Amino acid sequence: MNTTRAVEVGVGLFIAAGLGALFVLAMKVSNLSTFSQADGYEVIARFENIGGLKVRSPVTAGGVRIGRVAAIAYDSERYEAVVRLAIEPQFDRLPRDTSASIFTAGLLGEQYIGLEPGGDDRFLEPGGEIKITQSALVLEQIVGKFLFSKAAEGQTEGQTEGQTE
Amino acid sequence: MTIWLELLGRWGLGVFQRLGRGHLFLFRVLAGLPTLLPRPGLVVAQMHSVGVLSLIIIIVSGLFVGMVLGLQGYNTLVDFGAEESLGVVVALSLVRELGPVVAALLFAGRAGSALTAEIGLMKATEQLAGMEMMAVDPLQRVVGPRFVAGLISMPLLAAIFSAVGVFGGYFVGVGLLGVDDGAFWSQMQAKVDLHEDVYNGVIKSVVFGFVASWIAVFEGYDAPPTAEGVSRATTRTVVHTALAVLGLDFVLTALMFGE
Repeated sequence: MNTTRAVEVGVGLFIAAGLGALFVLAMKVSNLSTFSQADGYEVIARFENIGGLKVRSPVTAGGVRIGRVAAIAYDSERYEAVVRLAIEPQFDRLPRDTSASIFTAGLLGEQYIGLEPGGDDRFLEPGGEIKITQSALVLEQIVGKFLFSKAAEGQTEGQTEGQTE
Repeated sequence: MTIWLELLGRWGLGVFQRLGRGHLFLFRVLAGLPTLLPRPGLVVAQMHSVGVLSLIIIIVSGLFVGMVLGLQGYNTLVDFGAEESLGVVVALSLVRELGPVVAALLFAGRAGSALTAEIGLMKATEQLAGMEMMAVDPLQRVVGPRFVAGLISMPLLAAIFSAVGVFGGYFVGVGLLGVDDGAFWSQMQAKVDLHEDVYNGVIKSVVFGFVASWIAVFEGYDAPPTAEGVSRATTRTVVHTALAVLGLDFVLTALMFGE
């Protein structure tokens, strides 16, 4: 079974095409080119309710993604969710009084953490905590509140009308 | 009554015997692989027939699968005004599932059946026995290179399938249906993860390549040395590989993405 030159060239091309396809999948299709999880630093933030936030959800400042959610845990002593944020290393000048809020992209989109830098001269250290947080808006709670307030309004209106007559 | 029990027992014993033979065969093939190291030419020759000659069907199928995904995905997504997510839909479906699975099914039909028929015919014409007479182990000389060639070719074919499919979806989505070019790629890059999606797809295709090559060479080597035996073995290769790939795909998906 002699391997002729043409066969070898064909197999070489095949392997190159296969590796090239893997390379395309890694660079062009997946997120390798936009974000590397290798280094950076972590800060934590505590929320009363994180809504639909997930691990690897984006962390943004001014709408620009500067990191991702690294881990989510529940603190059973303080009854709060503890979210660890992995921030990319070049964004190491976040003021101490930065606030974190959970927003929703679009009406039904995925949830992300938006950071609002404060005015403090000192910066957040790796492992530091973001003190000012705002929980996620849960749609059911808002609808529930709205309905309750409507019902309460209707009741008081009915009472006042009854009194005037 | 006893005749039914006897038939059931015979069937069960047959299944387990084949399973046992298949595993012993695999161990012997794996143990014989180091002898291939000084002669890589044997593997290269087999990769030509197993991999290079399968390229056309893989590329054409990948292109059309990607194009169909683009069309169908667009029709569904446009109802929600989310046609920018088309890239995500196409890339995730291909990289996670369709690339490895469909490439493995095509591989079984195009290359696996040929491997089985070739080895089965070599056995039927007593070429394998002749090799043994000359103190050449057919497991090392015939089966080993084909097994390794299948093992290497399958992940490469699956990667080519996925990459070509993504471009097929791109041609239909961006070129034909007018999805925004930048949104197509940027949404895809934002949602497709290298570890979670691409690596897991590659792991799947390696597993499928292993199983498909193993079944193909075993069925050929284990075939009764008759014309009918070889034809049945070839059929079994395609059927068993398809079933094994689909079953394993469910197990692997549950392990990888089940959380």
